[in-house]
Amino acid sequence: MKLLLLGDEAIALAAIHSGISGVYAYPGTPSTEITEYIQNRQKADPASERIFCKWCTNEKTAMEAALGMSYMGKRAMVCMKHVGMNVAADAFVNSAMTGANGGLVVVAADDPSMHSSQNEQDSRFYGRFAMIPYYEPSCQQEAYDMVREAFDYSEKMKIPVLMRITTRMAHSRAEVSTWTLKDGSEDIRPQNRIHFPDNPKQWILLPANSRVRNEQLIKDKKQFGLDSAEDPHNSFTPGEDRGLAIVACGIAYNYLMENFPKGVPCGVLKLTRYPIPRKLVGEMVASGVHRVIVMEEGQPFVEDKIRGMIGSEIQVEGRLTGLLPRTGELSPDSVRAALHLNPHKTFPKDDIVVPRPPALCQGCGHRDMYAALNEVAAEYENSRVFSDIGCYTLGALPPFRAIHTTVDMGASITMAKGAADAGQFPSFAVIGDSTFTHSGITGLLDCVNSEANVVIIISDNLTTGMTGGQDSAGTGRIESICAGVGVDPAHIRVVVPLAKNMEEIKNVIREEVEYKGVSVVIPRRECIQTFKRHAREKKQQ
Amino acid sequence: MKKDIILAGVGGQGILSIATVLGEAALTNGLHIKQAEVHGMSQRGGDVQSNLRISSEPIHSDLIPYGKVDIIMSLEPMEALRYVQELSKDGWIVTSSVPFVNIPNYPEKEEIYAHLQKLPHTVMLDVEALAKEAGAPAQAANMVLLGAAIPMMDLSYEAVRDAVAKVFSRKGQDIVDKNIAALEAGYRHSVNANR
Repeated sequence: MKLLLLGDEAIALAAIHSGISGVYAYPGTPSTEITEYIQNRQKADPASERIFCKWCTNEKTAMEAALGMSYMGKRAMVCMKHVGMNVAADAFVNSAMTGANGGLVVVAADDPSMHSSQNEQDSRFYGRFAMIPYYEPSCQQEAYDMVREAFDYSEKMKIPVLMRITTRMAHSRAEVSTWTLKDGSEDIRPQNRIHFPDNPKQWILLPANSRVRNEQLIKDKKQFGLDSAEDPHNSFTPGEDRGLAIVACGIAYNYLMENFPKGVPCGVLKLTRYPIPRKLVGEMVASGVHRVIVMEEGQPFVEDKIRGMIGSEIQVEGRLTGLLPRTGELSPDSVRAALHLNPHKTFPKDDIVVPRPPALCQGCGHRDMYAALNEVAAEYENSRVFSDIGCYTLGALPPFRAIHTTVDMGASITMAKGAADAGQFPSFAVIGDSTFTHSGITGLLDCVNSEANVVIIISDNLTTGMTGGQDSAGTGRIESICAGVGVDPAHIRVVVPLAKNMEEIKNVIREEVEYKGVSVVIPRRECIQTFKRHAREKKQQ
Repeated sequence: MKKDIILAGVGGQGILSIATVLGEAALTNGLHIKQAEVHGMSQRGGDVQSNLRISSEPIHSDLIPYGKVDIIMSLEPMEALRYVQELSKDGWIVTSSVPFVNIPNYPEKEEIYAHLQKLPHTVMLDVEALAKEAGAPAQAANMVLLGAAIPMMDLSYEAVRDAVAKVFSRKGQDIVDKNIAALEAGYRHSVNANR
């Protein structure tokens, strides 16, 4: 069957067809649509075999739950954006030590050019770091096909497999041919039955066990490299020009082919699965090249590694040497320039066009929260507002210009605490409800234990707004979570962020600034986008 | 055939429905398609665009090279100009004439029109007024725009119309009819303008 699918959807459908029993994820652009697709399919087809697909509190809980499912012999997938890998890293890296029982595939969606992220980190480093096999499909069809291959390989080698994609593939649609049975219906593999691991010791990472396991993992890693050389998605094709070869990783392959519709005139090493296959690199060297260009999305990962794999008489060029831009995603044009092909003729840029930056929606509760906070903060000489990851990060832009920091999920609370420890007054934290449950609760406990003088504003819109309105883990329980952690209930204050309540909100914030200790102010009003969506759904019923 | 299209507008205007309809039309007619879009932060009232490629041959890149865009279809006149560097020398701009002003420094409307008219192939139309005239709601303005671009696309009006019917079918016949009326209004406007 041919379907038009986003890269994310192709991965999701392949996971369903591969017989997963669970998908574990926290929303994060550009990975969110993978889990949403599985959720929607489950809802639309209640007769199908059940797949666990509820959102998790954060990427670490997701990774660990998936590992638990794999321990039970069932297949599981974990999905996250690249920076989510940092949150999941403890569980992820150690899952290479336990190994997998049921197939375990981790999808990391990188965001070069930072369309919707705070950095450009390249998840392939995590694959190498953990010493597991990792895949980087070049197109939606390959993404679909590779997911089942990854599950098979994971079960065969008893190892988690990482799949690295980037925004441009995750959020681009293309036609995908799916597996069908002879009668034309979907080829959905049955889910695994429960079976415990046959290597139980390996799952108890005591030093004595881990030392044994580490030796084995290093041996297995060699095999992973040998197998990636035999993968038909990886290939070396010599060209007319024997002196030059291009290593095209993942979707960089497409930009290369775009510039040579009639075939590439030099050698091409297409690289979509790692560890880097030494055998194919050897073939490339043996073909007589004296110059290699590495084209890759993200950081100069292969370029760096390959330089050490081949003789110094071969010149290696890429993002590190400046032949390709050091930052940002690749494009057909940047690849064209690297190949010294003539640029296409273009119209000049039109200077009349002005930027149209994103902004908080009209009617959004975060607006009223910032309006009140700005007024109170201005009453003190040196207010500092430590903020977090979410729609409310847009409070950095005009008209609010309300925040001083945004770093990582949960950092608002802990940075406000550190600043207060250093003598800052008043020290505000602004965090959303979903980010608070993701990574803010432990920081709040630190605040309580050290009686930090902070005002923590949990701007509660009852959803995970930035990524499109997914369920938020703490909805309905924010006050009780804060009280449970030890915040004095007299200093957990709930307000409704509306213009008509402005005086009340300001007074509440003022009172809590003057209280010496941990205060939590919770402005609570539903996200205007989910509010509109719910109203539409009601009307349709 | 091969058509490289940029869909442009402001977050929430409905460019992605145009992409869905064209995707459906391409798939039904055995054509290849790639359509890249940006989700997440950029949608909150900011500029949005989607690269849409339709071809009878396999397509490699999700992104269209600069200078190779055949049609810029925009629901907002300044947004059409944002991508002019990507337009091919003989490419078309099909754009709504109604500015969406949500920034303090939005340029003079007349100046934007003048810049658009200076380009060799521009069709500008009031998509909202045409939708209303056709008895369709303002939300169908995107279908007026799509209709106006059909003559530049190597797809028949009927093929696009059938795709509209299919895409909107789950919303009921009334919505289908109104969207087709909007599509036809745009198509007629464009055909008459090019005579």
